[in-house]
Order: sequence, then structure tokens, then C-alpha cells
Amino acid sequence: MKRFSSLRGAWNTTAALLILVFLLFPVYWMVNTALQPETSITATEWFPTSVSLSNFDAAISSQGKSLLTSLVVALGAVVVCLALAAPAAYGLAQFGLRGGRSIVFTTLITQMVPGIVIANALYSAYAELGLVNSYLGLILADASLGLPFSIVLLRAFMVSVPGEVIEAALVDGANRFTAFVRIVLPMSRNALITAGLFTFLFAWSDFMFALTLNTTDDVKPITLGIYQFVGAHVSDWGAVMATAVLSAVPAAILLVLAQKYIAAGISGGSIK
Amino acid sequence: MSTAVSSAAAPAKTVVPGPTGPRRGRHSLLRWLFVLPALVYMTLFFGYPLVRNIVMSFQEYTPRTYFTGEAPFNGLDNWRAVLSNELFADSLWHTAVFTVGSLAGQFTIGLALAVFFSRRFRLSGVIRAVLLLPWLVPMVVSAVVWRRVLDQDHGILNSALQTIGPADGGVPWLSSPSVALLSAILVNIWIGIPFNMVILYGGLQEIPRQLYEAASLDGASPWRAFRSVTLPLLRPVVTVVLVLGFMSTVKILDLILALTSGGPADSTQTLGTVTYQLSFLQLDFGQGAVVGNVLILISAVFAVLYLRANRADFGTGK
Repeated sequence: MKRFSSLRGAWNTTAALLILVFLLFPVYWMVNTALQPETSITATEWFPTSVSLSNFDAAISSQGKSLLTSLVVALGAVVVCLALAAPAAYGLAQFGLRGGRSIVFTTLITQMVPGIVIANALYSAYAELGLVNSYLGLILADASLGLPFSIVLLRAFMVSVPGEVIEAALVDGANRFTAFVRIVLPMSRNALITAGLFTFLFAWSDFMFALTLNTTDDVKPITLGIYQFVGAHVSDWGAVMATAVLSAVPAAILLVLAQKYIAAGISGGSIK
Repeated sequence: MSTAVSSAAAPAKTVVPGPTGPRRGRHSLLRWLFVLPALVYMTLFFGYPLVRNIVMSFQEYTPRTYFTGEAPFNGLDNWRAVLSNELFADSLWHTAVFTVGSLAGQFTIGLALAVFFSRRFRLSGVIRAVLLLPWLVPMVVSAVVWRRVLDQDHGILNSALQTIGPADGGVPWLSSPSVALLSAILVNIWIGIPFNMVILYGGLQEIPRQLYEAASLDGASPWRAFRSVTLPLLRPVVTVVLVLGFMSTVKILDLILALTSGGPADSTQTLGTVTYQLSFLQLDFGQGAVVGNVLILISAVFAVLYLRANRADFGTGK
């Protein structure tokens, strides 16, 4: 009986590995193409028998600046988003504000607004305010990708912060704000990390705002960079794929280092 | 998953009563300061665009508008122009096909994988985690990779097909108007599988094991147990997955632009790409706003469905 179940377990693992190979083949192909020199002339080999990093040299020399831009914009969006979301989530979770429930409702609805609609109107406003082609403009717009999610996620977490802990701090002479900073924020560490990670990923992956709110190359994130790169250098696929690999690195790192936060974010943020 | 969150929500609510009496006014003002910045931001970045789009759809924008600052009102001209534009009707149809096809594929495969991974075997957790990768990679990047994979002459997919089947020049995945939309759907299914799998897997874990034991004691086959136990209990999660999937699919833009740019011969134009094309390529923001408003209207209908699916969670909140 035991032997039968372990045999079945082995079958399941084998089947799962086959599914993995099948579904992750494009990712493999991206890495494989990036590692092969001169892929444009002949068909790409199935395996990178002669590994070359020349494609990565080409990718970094043409897209390195865009990678840096993406990093700055995504980190900026995380800061803006959490600075707005954390106090709001706390207020909505703990203060029993009149109309608080409709605010949470509205927050949920804003997640449904198509990005292209926002971009359409935002471009006009940005043009009037001089925010087109600026880091600030893109950071502010990208923060919108993570804000509703972060508020909903953090609020769901902060309702479970015991009121007594905060009341005790207030009795000890702390005001609402210092109680929030010294007690609630540290207690919400995991939820803050999850919200921050997802906002980072959303902003890093943003293409719509990068495409629509920039008319020059001054602020060009990697998503826009690779899009234009493909248009211009469609023959140099090795370098394009090396760029793709580099732009997928944050996702890969997070998958390894922050697995539990990602799982928490996908389930928590989507259900609530 | 959600139960952990919402059941924790209920007791905490009763623990913190607001202060009563005359102090309440000043205190509640201070409390609003916590929420105010986010409210202002959401008004500017969600509320304002919604209103502005409606106004813009009645204004005439030309490439000169941003020099002169003039966008005179032109009544229903934009609406007439868009509604009589064949591209709009086509894109509406493409969007419908794309959305239904993507959701059907993502959901079916996602559910099958979620059920499969519920068996818990060696390495199942690790493999499930790694399967998330396609969903975490920027969509534009995935689309670029697929563009190479699906290339008619140099793509690996056609090379592979030709080694096992007859060599007939390969399938024109992205270069034939009759195939390109299907290819875009296949790529989008690939992108969406991990998300569907993870959420449905979470939902499956919440179904009490005893129910399956009871079902098998009653002699129910695995398929019967799936239909009579799994599906009914999974229904709330299914609704959420489908509605969220709908929201992100109906407005699709990144994927299409990077994969086909809406072509060949406009065969993959969707409401999202047409909005982009009208506004940002033809600089006719008025007509772009019209298509955007149609997109909002469609989303709004499904937002109502989503909120209904979520109502249970809000019952405990204030």
C-alpha cells in the first residue's frame, strides 16, 4: 500500500515537472536565445552549446539607462503608494469613520478603471502642468497601479490590530500619529512588504503610462525601451532577448526571495 | 485566504468604539487627516480622468490643440464618427472574442492545474511557485518573447511543428489576419494561467476534507465529487477569478501592441488599442475618449457583479 502511494507520488511529480517544462518553455527560450551569439542569422539552437554574454553587453549598452529609469520610477511609486495607503488603510480600519465603508467600496471600483482611460485624460492635464516627460509625473501615475490594491490589503490586515494596544499607547501620552508610526506600522510589517512588492512589480511592468505620458526619451522605462528596441532592431533578437531577461530579473528575484508575500498578495488582494 | 482576513475583521471592529460626546467633532477631523491624502490622490488620478473623459468625448481635439490650447465643443460629432467607424465595430468584436477565449482557456487550465496540485506530492509547492513566473514578468516582455517564438520563418514553434509534421512553410501565427487573434488569445491564456491557478488553488484548500471523505463513503466517483462538492463550494472564488480576469482582459493593450501592433490588417485591434491609436497616434483625444467611455461602460457592468460577489465580506465591516 505504501509502495503504491509513493509510486503515485512519483508519477504526480513527473507529471508536474512536464507541465512546468511545457508552460515555462517560452521563458527558457528567452534565456536560451539571449545566451547564443549571432542568433539572427541562423535558427536558434535548442541548447546554448556555446554560451556567449555578448548579447548582454549589447543589451546593457543600449538599455542600461532604461533599466535604471525603471528602478527609480518603480521605487518612487512604492514610496508614494505606501505613504498614501498606509495611513488611509489605518484610518479606514480603526477609526470607524462615517462614510468609511463607501470609501472602501470606491477604492474597489477604482481598480476597474481601465488604464488607457486614465492615460487619455491624464495626458491633457500633464501637458498643462508640465508633467509630461518627467520622473515625478510617471511616478505619480504608476502609484495609481498599486494604491487601491495596497489600501484594500493593508486595511484587511489593520482591522486585526488590537485596539487595546493603541489605546495603551494613547494613555502613555502618544498621539494618534506617533501611535500609528511606532506601533501600527511595525505590526503591519508583512502586509506593508506585500503591498510594496506588488506596487513595485506593477510599476516595473507598467507600459501604458510609460508609453502615453512620455513623448521624448528623457524618461524611458525598460518596458518602453524593449518595445522600441524590437521595433528598431528586429534582426538583433539576441540583444532583445538579453534585454527581456534583464527586465524579468526583479520578478525572478521576488519569486525566490519573497514567495510567501507574493502568495499572500495574490489571494488577499484579489478576494477583498 | 479571505476567511482568515474577514473573520479577523469582525471582532476587531467591536473593540474600538469611537469617542462620544463633544470631543468627537475635533477628533474625527484629526482622524480624517489619515485618510485625506489618499482621497485627494484618488480623486485626481481616478475621479478626474473619469469625468474628464466624458467631457473630452464632446470636444474637438486636433494635432494643433496642444499648441493653441483650444478644444471647442462639437456636440455628438465624436460619438457619430466613432460609432460609424468600421474599426470600432471590428475592435468591439475582437475584444469580445479575445476576452471570452482568454478567460475560457485561462480558467479551465488554471482550474485543472489547481485540482492537480491539490494532491500534494513531492516538490508540488516548489513547482507551483515557479509556475507563477509568466505572470510576474512584464506583459510587454512576455509578448516580445512570444513574438520571436511564433515567428513564421525563424520561430521555434514552427520549427518544432515542421520536424513532426509536413513542412508546408509553417503556420503564419502573427502574419495572417485569420490566425493572429487566435495567437494573441493563446499567448494571453499562457500569461493568465498562473493567476487563475493560484487563486483557485487557495479556494480548493478551504473546502473541508471531510466532505470528500463523506462523498467517497457514499460511493461518489471523483468526477461526481468534483461536480457536487468542489464546484458548488468553489463558486464565490470562481466568480472573483472570472470577474477580475474580465477586468484585466477587456482593456488589453500591452500584449497586443507588443505582439502585433493591432495588425495584420487591423485583425487584432481591441477597444484598448483603438483608444490608444485614436488619442495618441492620431491625436484625436475626443474620439479616443469616446472609445474609452465605452470601455468604462462595459467595465462598470462587471464592476457591479464584482461588488455583489464581494458583498459578503463587507457585511462585517462598517
